[in-house]
Amino acid sequence: MLLRHTTAKEVDRKALTVNPAKTCQPVGAMYAALGLHGCLPHSHGSQGCCAYHRSALTRHFKEPVVASTSSFSEGSSVFGGSANLLTAIETIFTVYEPDVIAVHTTCLSETIGDDLNQIVSKAKEDGKIPDGKRVIYCNTPSYVGSHITGYSNQVAAFIKFFSTATPKKRNVINLIAGWMEPSDMRELKRIAKVMETRTILFPDMSGVMDSPLTGKYDIYPKGGTTVDEMIATGDSKFSIGMGMYCTQDACIKLENKCKVKFEVMEIPIGLKATDQFIMSLSRHGNVPVPDSITDERGRLLDLIADNSKYFYDKRVALFGDPDTLIPLVEFLLTLDMKPVYIVTGTPGKHFDEAMTEMLKDRVPEAKFRSGEGADLFRLHQWIKQEGVDLLIGNSYGKYIARDENVPFVRFGFPVVDRPGSNSFPHVGYVGAINWVTKLLDVILDHQDRTCAEEKVELVM
Amino acid sequence: MRKIAIYGKGGIGKSTTTQNTVAGLAEMGKKVMVVGCDPKADSTRLLLHGLAQKTVLDTLREEGEDVELDDVMKTGFKNTSCVESGGPEPGVGCAGRGIITSINLLEQLGAYDDDKQLDYVFYDVLGDVVCGGFAMPIRDGKAKEVYIVCSGEMMAMYAANNICKSIAKFGKVGDVRLGGLICNSRKVDNEANMIEEFAKKLGTQMIHFVPRDNMVQHAEINRKSVIDHAPEHPQADEYRALAKKIDENKLFVVPTPIAMNELEELLMSFGIMN
Repeated sequence: MLLRHTTAKEVDRKALTVNPAKTCQPVGAMYAALGLHGCLPHSHGSQGCCAYHRSALTRHFKEPVVASTSSFSEGSSVFGGSANLLTAIETIFTVYEPDVIAVHTTCLSETIGDDLNQIVSKAKEDGKIPDGKRVIYCNTPSYVGSHITGYSNQVAAFIKFFSTATPKKRNVINLIAGWMEPSDMRELKRIAKVMETRTILFPDMSGVMDSPLTGKYDIYPKGGTTVDEMIATGDSKFSIGMGMYCTQDACIKLENKCKVKFEVMEIPIGLKATDQFIMSLSRHGNVPVPDSITDERGRLLDLIADNSKYFYDKRVALFGDPDTLIPLVEFLLTLDMKPVYIVTGTPGKHFDEAMTEMLKDRVPEAKFRSGEGADLFRLHQWIKQEGVDLLIGNSYGKYIARDENVPFVRFGFPVVDRPGSNSFPHVGYVGAINWVTKLLDVILDHQDRTCAEEKVELVM
Repeated sequence: MRKIAIYGKGGIGKSTTTQNTVAGLAEMGKKVMVVGCDPKADSTRLLLHGLAQKTVLDTLREEGEDVELDDVMKTGFKNTSCVESGGPEPGVGCAGRGIITSINLLEQLGAYDDDKQLDYVFYDVLGDVVCGGFAMPIRDGKAKEVYIVCSGEMMAMYAANNICKSIAKFGKVGDVRLGGLICNSRKVDNEANMIEEFAKKLGTQMIHFVPRDNMVQHAEINRKSVIDHAPEHPQADEYRALAKKIDENKLFVVPTPIAMNELEELLMSFGIMN
């Protein structure tokens, strides 16, 4: 029992978090910045922050994550980090030659109150930013929100620094991606192509965080939304934001800046959220839904129908990020499963409201919690109070799964102990088919391994 | 060696009072070091006859970790040792962190070592205890005595009361104690009586009432303490008296800060002369 100190009895906690269901703001900012082609994320703080954020991403994606740091010393903490950042900008453009430096702050530079606006203006004045190159920035104090907040702040910064409206609107739809895998982004682009809509997806980590092994190392891989595309988002006629927490801020900023109307929906995980996404894309792109997409949906329905008996009434515990948990819970309900325990460390009302709305009639006994006190320890305590048939979450869930002997599906960030989160999409109808097979695999494996001998069936 | 921190509302005359008192102690033959804990670095100007001081943090910035004590410590009036911690330019960086860094550095450099044979160290701290950094001089058994410079003006007393709150907090876990209030007169009605009563409520004493005199201003313009500039002037004797009282002080307490309404009542009953 690795977590043998976890008790079923919950004691009221005011300040303590045990095994948080979130990580730190700059991790999100760094990940999102990598979705811009030719962009070098820059961490304005001490070296340790940058090293941790890079390794957090590398451990999940198994890809090199290139980022630079202002390398604060004791002196920078006292006198401010301006001198370090100015030198960094000069060095980076000389040595690493990115198109864009995306600076994000850290707890230290936030607390001493470094003013990025002033420092970047000074870099411009001093001629440290070559023509055609850009330095953008966002504020990511880690003591506020979570990695999701940092992701959102970085995406909003893309709008602030790039999106430009010209007098000519284009028949293009912006697809603003919430935190998802590069494989998901690839799938969204495939769907948009099959539907013959013109779209700009951003940020786009496909081709960056899952780049092919070619024998040649490139600091800036082929993938990523280009700066030109990013500028052109201001001329698009509509934006679809996927994930309230990750993209709503960017959508609003783009409407205010360039008058691009928008709709924020859940990340298209599962049947209902994908239906919404396809319909929105069809409506705003003014294109019919092609038969091939309808067929994909039909194959998903067939798979669900064939296996509904294995899903029915199964109790599920989940943890992760709100933008993926909400559509995933909806999908579990579609499968007639019972999402009974859900936690996310990212604070925000939308999660609580969406969960209440989905669960109050269908799973009235469900417990869910977000923000402070919503941690893996609590989730484990709930599981100890009344068990579950399935656990879904990132790699940190493996200890609970082992102790409670519960089938476990790895999903979210980070997954550091199994490959695959990059290889198959979780979004769209194809992604939903992947979900169904993944869930069935662990549920049926568990049944085969643990049921009475006379109950073992060959054909299921 | 006695380590003393001087706090008080901004502009109340902490640096002036400290340097004049230090001049008095030096005249008595005491070996004194003054550590200015203010980014403006003007806490030793009167002892050094000008702002000639390179600050601890300046040297840290320019020379990295390779700092010698002689680089930052200058000798002033009557063999006083003068150090300025310095800090960032206004509006950037973190002055509080600067004080922490600078005091740690002074310790590492051996500024307080026995071979310096110091009788007194004075920390002249900027304004209020606004954050952890500015509390550094009274943390971890650094300064054990605090004197608060105040006047009979409402905001000065309010600041003094706030400073008492932080002394009470650190006094609970450490051995920092309040030695008294120094009233630097602003010629407010009934000032001495009111500050005496205020001190009593805080559980301490008004250690000295420094009258207002233009000679202080004259001396400042000449970049000197009053004792240095006009040793025969009565104001010089006031500072000598204050120095003597501090030297002989035995009353050290954990103060009992008062509530806002108590402070207002005090002002009502003393502050308006009929």
